[in-house]
Amino acid sequence: MRVYSSEVAADGDNVAEPGRSSVVEARGLGLTFQTADGPVHALKDVNLTIPSGSFVSFIGPSGCGKTTLLRAIAALEHPTDGSLSVNGVSPDAARRARAYGYVFQAAGLYPWRSIAGNVRLPLEIMGYPKSEMNARVGKVLDLVELSGFANKYPWQLSGGMQQRASIARALAFDADILLMDEPFGALDEIVRDRLNDELLGLWRRTGKTICFVTHSIPEAVYLSTKIVVMSPRPGRITEVIDSPLANERPLDIRDTPEFIEVAHRVREGLKAGHGDG
Amino acid sequence: MADMVIDQERAIHRSSGFRVARLFAGATVPVLAVVAAILAIWYAACVPMNIHGTVNLARVHGFEAVPASRGERRDIGAFALVSRNPAAIPFVWSEEKPRLPAPHQVGAEIWRTVALTAPNDRRGLVYHAWTTLSATALGFAIGIGLGVALAIGIVHNRAMDLSVMPWAIASQTIPILAIAPMVIVVFASVGLTGLLPKAFIAAYLSFFPVVVGMVKGLRSPDAMQLDLLRTYNASAFQVLMRLRLPASMPYLFTSLKIGAAASLVGTIVGELPTGGAGLGARLLAGSYYGQTIQIWSALFVAAFLAALLMAVIGAVQGVTLRRMGMVQG
Repeated sequence: MRVYSSEVAADGDNVAEPGRSSVVEARGLGLTFQTADGPVHALKDVNLTIPSGSFVSFIGPSGCGKTTLLRAIAALEHPTDGSLSVNGVSPDAARRARAYGYVFQAAGLYPWRSIAGNVRLPLEIMGYPKSEMNARVGKVLDLVELSGFANKYPWQLSGGMQQRASIARALAFDADILLMDEPFGALDEIVRDRLNDELLGLWRRTGKTICFVTHSIPEAVYLSTKIVVMSPRPGRITEVIDSPLANERPLDIRDTPEFIEVAHRVREGLKAGHGDG
Repeated sequence: MADMVIDQERAIHRSSGFRVARLFAGATVPVLAVVAAILAIWYAACVPMNIHGTVNLARVHGFEAVPASRGERRDIGAFALVSRNPAAIPFVWSEEKPRLPAPHQVGAEIWRTVALTAPNDRRGLVYHAWTTLSATALGFAIGIGLGVALAIGIVHNRAMDLSVMPWAIASQTIPILAIAPMVIVVFASVGLTGLLPKAFIAAYLSFFPVVVGMVKGLRSPDAMQLDLLRTYNASAFQVLMRLRLPASMPYLFTSLKIGAAASLVGTIVGELPTGGAGLGARLLAGSYYGQTIQIWSALFVAAFLAALLMAVIGAVQGVTLRRMGMVQG
C-alpha cells in the first residue's frame, strides 16, 4: 500500500493556495428566498475560495443550501447579500461566457435525441462548426466510455450510462469548471463506485475544477481535495476540510487510516453543524 | 425454459388451427361482430320507421292497407301498424324516399355516385367530397398555423398569455351554425366565394384545440431541462427550436386529430348555406327534396373523409415520433 503525504491545512480559512488562481470567490454570501411563509435563509454569510483545478465537495443534510450554493455559482439563483465571483467575473457573466458545465441530479437527456445528439446539444447552441462538433462528441463519449452507444436513444441505456452521457454533455465544450449536483444520487452503490473512480480519472486527465454536491460522506472524502461541510437553518458553511489524500486514489484507499480519519472529521463537522441548528 | 416456450408458440403458430384461433384473438372478430350488430339494428329499425310510408303506398305495392283510411293510420303507432300490415314488411327496405334508408340502399347509392360517376361530374359524390376535402385541408392548415403561432406567443409573452386565451375560449362558445352564414355573406360582399370562406370557418374551429394542446406541449419541459439550456446561455429562440417544439410533438398530434374533425365539420356547416358544391350542399339538397338516401350516402362519405384525415395524421405521427426516437421499440 502506498503512503500518502498528509499535509492537512491547519485552518479552515480556505485561503487560495499560493501560485494557483481562485475560480470561485464568495464573500459574505447570502441568499434569501421570499416565500408565502416568510423569508427562508437558504444561504447565510458564506465565505469560500475554490482554487483552480481543485475537486470540491459540498456535503450536508438536506436543506443546508449546498445545491443553492452550486446554483448561485451557476447563476441559476441570484444571491441577495455579499459578493460572488466566478473566474474573476460575476456568475452571470461567467454563464454567458459558458465558463462551466452543469450536471444535474437526473441525466435529463432529451428523449428525441440520440446519445450523440444529446452530447452535441450544447455545441449546436454555441455554434461550433459541424466537423468540430463530431470530433468533440466522439472524444467526450470516449472519455465516459460510451463510444459504442452514440446512436442509441436514452431509453435504451441504463441509469448509470445516462448519467455518464450527461457528464459527457457537460464536458463537450471547453468549460474549465464542472458543477455537479448529486449526479450519482439516484444510482446504486456499485455503479456509483465505478462512476466515482471514472470521475476522478477524468478530473486528473482534464485538470478541470469540479464542484460536487453530495450527501454521502465516503463519496465526498474519496473524490475531494477540499470538503465543504454545511449545515441548515440558515444554510451556512461550518467547516472546510482540505483532504490530505493524494490525487491518485484507488478504490481501496477507503480502507486506509488516512481516509477513515478524514471521514471521521467530516462526520464530526456534520454533527457540530447539527448541534448549532 | 423461455426458449422452449417460444418454440412451442412457434409450433402453434404454424398449425392451421392457430390461424382460426388468431382470428378470434385479434380485432377482426370483435369488429365484425359489432358491425353485424349495427346492421341488424339498422335493418330492424327500418320496419317501424318506414311502415307508414310503405302502407300509404299499399296500392302501388299491391296489398290492402289496414286500416284503409289514411287519417286513421296516422293515429296508429308504428308497431301496431306493422302488426296489422305484415304484407308491407318486405317493402320497407326498398322505398324510394324512406324515412330511414336500409344499409344496402345507401351502399348502392354510394356505389352509383362514387364508382359509376365520373370524378368531375357534379352528380357524383367524388366531386363533392373533393370540394369539401380541399376546403377542409386549407382551413386545417390555416388553423394549425394560427394555433401554433398563438401558442408560441402565449408561452413567450405574458400579456398574450393573459389576453389571448379568454378570447380563444369565447370564440368557441359561439355556435358555428350561427356564425357560418354571416362569414359566407361577409366574404361574398368583398367578392370572396367558394373555397376561402369555408376554409375560414374550418380554421376558426380547428385552431382552438391546436392552441390548447401546443400551449401545454410547449410548457411541458421541466425546470431542469430549461435550467440546462440556461447554463448554455441559449437564446429564447434556441430554447423554442431545440427543446419546446420537439417536446410538444406528442401534444400536437393529439390536438391535430381533434382539429381535423373540427375542420371537416366546419367546412360542411359552411357549405350548408351556400348550396352548389360540397358534401354540406349535398346534404341540404337531399333534405330539400326528401332524398334521404342521398343524405345518408353524403354522411357516410363525410365519415370516410374524417377517417381518411385521422389515418393520415396517425401515419405522420407514427413516422415523426419514430424518427424522433420517442416510440420505444
